[in-house]
Amino acid sequence: MQFLLTTSKRVFYAIVLLVAVLVLNFSLMHLAPGDVADTISQSMGGADQELLDQIRADYGLDQPFVVQLGRYIGGVLTFDLGFSFFYNMPVTELILQRLPATLLLVLSAQLLALVVGVLLGVMSARKPNGITSHFVTFLALFGYSAPVFWTGILLLIGFSLNIQIFPVAGMQDVTIEGGFWVHAWDIFMHLMLPMITLASIFLALYSRLSRATMMEVLGSDYVRTAKAKGLSQNQVVYKHALKNALSPVITLAGLQFSAVISGAVLVETVFSWPGLGTLAFQSIIARDTPTILGILFFSALVVIVGNLLTDMALRLVDPRLRGR
Amino acid sequence: MEPLLTVENLRIELTTRDGVAPVIDDLSLSLNAGETLSFVGESGCGKSMTALALMGLLPEKVGRVASGKILFDGEDLTQATPRRLREIRGNEISMIFQEPMTSLNPVFSVGEQIAEAIRAHQNLSRTAAWDKAVELLDAVRIPNPKGRAVDYPFQMSGGQRQRAMIAMALACEPKLLIADEPTTALDVTVQAQIFDLLTDLQKQSGAAIILITHDMGAVAEMARDVIVMYAGRKAEYGPVDAIIEHPRHPYTQGLISCVPHIVSDMSEERPDLVEVPGIVPSLKDFGRDQCLFASRCAHRTDECLAGRPPEKHFGASQIADCWHAEAL
Repeated sequence: MQFLLTTSKRVFYAIVLLVAVLVLNFSLMHLAPGDVADTISQSMGGADQELLDQIRADYGLDQPFVVQLGRYIGGVLTFDLGFSFFYNMPVTELILQRLPATLLLVLSAQLLALVVGVLLGVMSARKPNGITSHFVTFLALFGYSAPVFWTGILLLIGFSLNIQIFPVAGMQDVTIEGGFWVHAWDIFMHLMLPMITLASIFLALYSRLSRATMMEVLGSDYVRTAKAKGLSQNQVVYKHALKNALSPVITLAGLQFSAVISGAVLVETVFSWPGLGTLAFQSIIARDTPTILGILFFSALVVIVGNLLTDMALRLVDPRLRGR
Repeated sequence: MEPLLTVENLRIELTTRDGVAPVIDDLSLSLNAGETLSFVGESGCGKSMTALALMGLLPEKVGRVASGKILFDGEDLTQATPRRLREIRGNEISMIFQEPMTSLNPVFSVGEQIAEAIRAHQNLSRTAAWDKAVELLDAVRIPNPKGRAVDYPFQMSGGQRQRAMIAMALACEPKLLIADEPTTALDVTVQAQIFDLLTDLQKQSGAAIILITHDMGAVAEMARDVIVMYAGRKAEYGPVDAIIEHPRHPYTQGLISCVPHIVSDMSEERPDLVEVPGIVPSLKDFGRDQCLFASRCAHRTDECLAGRPPEKHFGASQIADCWHAEAL
């Protein structure tokens, strides 16, 4: 009951936050010079003032700012994010087409980074001077300092050009025929390199943090109590210590959610992954304002939902946080 | 009768930055089933290290048993495999720690932590172990044990947590219970309750208890025998009554005179409370061939600095390691 109450409170805050993001995005885009009419006229090879005015009237760009904002928010509430002249389809439809690919990439990269990062962290905390520990330190330094696009290109050269294990780009091979599992495997193989690339930065972060917290937890009194009960090493480490060490890692993972999404823009571009990142990149080049706004809105939505989930996960792991 | 626990010439070494230091130096003792032995001494004199050695839980790579034997039920624990030690820990020997606030895992319910100790050693189902955990909470006099078992440690008071720790330690009916300063972190009134509880539970279960403390008052009430430790070495060892009546080691005398009610038992007038001047020597001086208490001792002579004090026997079983024990 308490859990439901706190959760619904958080959901309410999240909605308020989302509206704020919406207003801010719209205002910022409005401040930027140039509008859709300019871009359309450019793509037509120029237009006279009369035609420009006509286009502005068609898109409602001649209305005062507040009216435009009100219309936009009203649209968003009814899941109408406007129309993309560049792709010639409703923005909502366009984004929903691309969203699954991005979610797949982002979530699998987060999951990979978390699981592998925490495991590496735990292993190196158990033997702080062992080989794994030095490897983690090196990996953290490397993963954190290497730019994502560079790691991506390096992996591409290594594992799809020189050693041809993984496909070069895209998400599916359209020529492939077969049932569900054949396609699933195909997508999985396409996913590998972008996922590893995106995960590398966060893996570095998570492994460092979990190494540090784990070392602290392993020296704590309750770990000694667990040993004194006669539990096995693995029970002590993976049950008693790990559950305590997880909280900071989950908090960090939640905070990094937005960073993962902005990382996805670069990774998707390098690997031509047909997700929101590629779409964002293309629509910025094309100055497709409604699409950019739509993508910003969805990114905010994903980040906020991610934070909500983090919050719930934290309360699940640590009973002391429940009811707050 | 064969003693339950016999320690022979135990030496435990800690590796520190300054080199290897003997935190326990040539310790021998024996303890019968159902009896209570007390370890007394200031912080840093090796009491807790002895306890951890008995549990096979010396800090890895830093501490090790250098020589000597720990015979428990005829089995030398210093030679036991890690696997065998795990079987013994929490089952035949269990331990209560000093800090009830931090010794329980904050993210598991108290019932689960007790039930886990049962499941680790007995082939019981989850529900059976849980039921037994509730029974144990009842046995340590926690009201509404069924309701409290699902509580987390942060929902309990210090005294309740220590009771829960005791329940956990007694879960598998150990033959030996080591209580490492079980009341140091608690209120005085709660301290008395915990000692009463331990005494009652000992009568029921017949477990031997090693009580580590620096509270001579608790020793006088709880224990039959006492070992006074100083800087990793035994200062005095023997029956509590005999030692309180006539302490032969100046350090023991100092400790006893720190406790008001024992002192007033001994004499009619109320003497000023005395402190033991100075502090325990640092670890790097632990191995020296001299009396380590000499720097704080009013009875010091050149002999004390020239060599280790010999064991001197008094009465049936009182032993004091002091050059001048007869004169004191």
